Amino acid sequence: MITFVKRPQPSKFWTIATPVLAVILTMILGGLLFAAMGKDPVVAIRTIFWDPLFNDQFAAYSRPQLLVKAAPLILIAIGLSLGFKAGIWNIGAEGQYIIGALTGASVGLALYPLDAWWIFPLMVIAGALGGFLWAMIPAILKTRFNTNEILVSLMLVYVAEQILASAALGFLRNPEGNGFPGSRNLSQIPAMSNPELISGTGAHWGVVAAFAAVVAAYVLINKHMLGFQIRLTGESPRAARFAGVKDRLLVVFCLGTAGALAGLAGLFEVTGPAGQISIDFGAGYGFTAIIVAFLGRLHPVGILLAGLLLALTFIGGELAQFMLGLPSAAIQVFQGMLLMILLAMDILVNYRVMIVNKEAA
Amino acid sequence: MKRRTLLTAAAAASALTLGLGAPAFAEDPTKVGFIYVGPVGDGGWTYEHDQARLKVEAHFGDKVETMFQESVPEGADAERAITQMALSGADIIFTTSFGYMDPTINVAAKFPNVKFEHATGYKTADNVGVYSARFYEGRAVQGTIAGMMTKTNKVGYIGSFPIPEVIRGINAAYLHAKKVNPDVEFSVVWAYTWFDPAKEADAAQALIDQGADVILQHTDSTAPHAAAQKAGNVITFGQASDMSEYAPMPRVSSIIDNWAPYYIERIQAVMDGTWESDNTWDGIGPGMVGIGEISDAVPEDVKAAALEIKDKIASGEYHPFTGPINKQDGTPWLAEGEVADDGTLAGMNFYVEGLTGEIPQ
Repeated sequence: MITFVKRPQPSKFWTIATPVLAVILTMILGGLLFAAMGKDPVVAIRTIFWDPLFNDQFAAYSRPQLLVKAAPLILIAIGLSLGFKAGIWNIGAEGQYIIGALTGASVGLALYPLDAWWIFPLMVIAGALGGFLWAMIPAILKTRFNTNEILVSLMLVYVAEQILASAALGFLRNPEGNGFPGSRNLSQIPAMSNPELISGTGAHWGVVAAFAAVVAAYVLINKHMLGFQIRLTGESPRAARFAGVKDRLLVVFCLGTAGALAGLAGLFEVTGPAGQISIDFGAGYGFTAIIVAFLGRLHPVGILLAGLLLALTFIGGELAQFMLGLPSAAIQVFQGMLLMILLAMDILVNYRVMIVNKEAA
Repeated sequence: MKRRTLLTAAAAASALTLGLGAPAFAEDPTKVGFIYVGPVGDGGWTYEHDQARLKVEAHFGDKVETMFQESVPEGADAERAITQMALSGADIIFTTSFGYMDPTINVAAKFPNVKFEHATGYKTADNVGVYSARFYEGRAVQGTIAGMMTKTNKVGYIGSFPIPEVIRGINAAYLHAKKVNPDVEFSVVWAYTWFDPAKEADAAQALIDQGADVILQHTDSTAPHAAAQKAGNVITFGQASDMSEYAPMPRVSSIIDNWAPYYIERIQAVMDGTWESDNTWDGIGPGMVGIGEISDAVPEDVKAAALEIKDKIASGEYHPFTGPINKQDGTPWLAEGEVADDGTLAGMNFYVEGLTGEIPQ
């Protein structure tokens, strides 16, 4: 009989080994899935995991795209992880992402057609501030009226989506757009664009910000008093209060930081890869980032790797779709499988598997 | 993989030196790519594009190789999907949704040797053509049936996004319903989606609850038909696809997109080396817009009136936007006998007189 015995400490070895094992297991199960659909499983798995990185035809383009796709995920997930560590559940990063893009784009477009070096930095500040203020709504409602930040932040996503639609159809609509919805293309306005910094790397300012956020979060969590307070609050809120942690301030800090980072991600996306405010600008990065945060075990380096892995399955999945004719639903099943297995394998980190002799037991 | 590419390259090179180059290349299939906004099984817009793709394969046989990617979000992801398709060696790529406009233009600038065809947009380039169908001609036929069939004089209209394409359809349907039934009223619900069965069903139900006994839709799923069937005594029209599984009631007719002839013509042009950027906007006459069979649930006189207007439009004798027509605020738009020009129609962002409600801003 197999039983699970709780480990006194999470296993260091399995913390590293489970993600690798999970990826291998997903490849095997995914291969079976693809084989059942009549596709060559080896080719399918290679297309998803190998081709985006090393295929002669695509890799030069796909590799930088990994960074483009991963950057907003990482940036948002880093912000979320601080709150999640402290038991503050911001589910509304998607809304903060949208509002950041809107405020940043609004500031830029209000100055159109002015051309000055300070416009882009100003938009960056406006984007971060927009996300921050949007996150302050659940923060203040929680600290003043003790509302549930999960519900409030989530509901505000839908509000943000309506404001986005209204902006794309109304106050930000491109006056030269023949009546179609959508703003001017910011990536084509030099003063407002967020281009590739080094050609062929995909690295725009959002990628730089994502890496900076990883480093800053690492330092904060491990070397700073505030990081200690965040961890303490998450592990034992009562003990934290006795230790003098101002829990209301912590709520404001965690939600505010997550909001500002999500707002930044939105701003970098709208001025770069997306290019314009459109009705469906919110592509779900804010929700996917929650998965990234947990996949990375709320650890900054883990989040970095998780963001890149998810980006890889997205891009590899796209290649598999049109090169092998796999339906997009099969790719989504495969991605879901990967996440499920990764999280399920966590049991090995916290539990020891024992094979117990029945008679003896 | 790499070795095989090298071998084919070597074979081609030796064929060239032997003077067999031309036939060797002529046998290379033309690679045709499609980018879809919905799943191929949506039963509407994307389904019809994919049906056309299958007809392309049937028509050309071994001479073409088609590939597609479904459910591609409009925005940053679209640019990557199109680029990867171009990198994989596509000769011509059809991008089949309005939101792919800027991405298509951007990618086309990087691949001057690949031809691009963008559906429903207005930006062209040397290697980018645009095409769309005059769906409003079909709406005129629908409006005629709706106006004559309604008993409550209330017609419900499920709009997707308030863009010219959709507004044009509402105006055309309303003008022709009004012509045959001066008491008719339209209520428009905006779903802000092209394909979302749950939302579409809700919208249809809300309209039926308000007393509508005719539901027109500019969204792609069959969910409104199911809602109408449940309610009974409510008629609907197939959108983009015939949706004949709901005939004879509630679906009494339909607008069918027929892209295959255009696709075959354009791919042939690529094969012949005669492809040039174009701006095609075809209607009932050339067959790009089809009117699905009018079912037996429609009385003979209504059917006759509908077919008469269809034939007049097809022959070019009648234009659905022929004056006198005023705008919603009462200002004159078209004088007696004046016909709308394509420019105004393409960017239509106003309701005609008699429609209530506002276009969302």
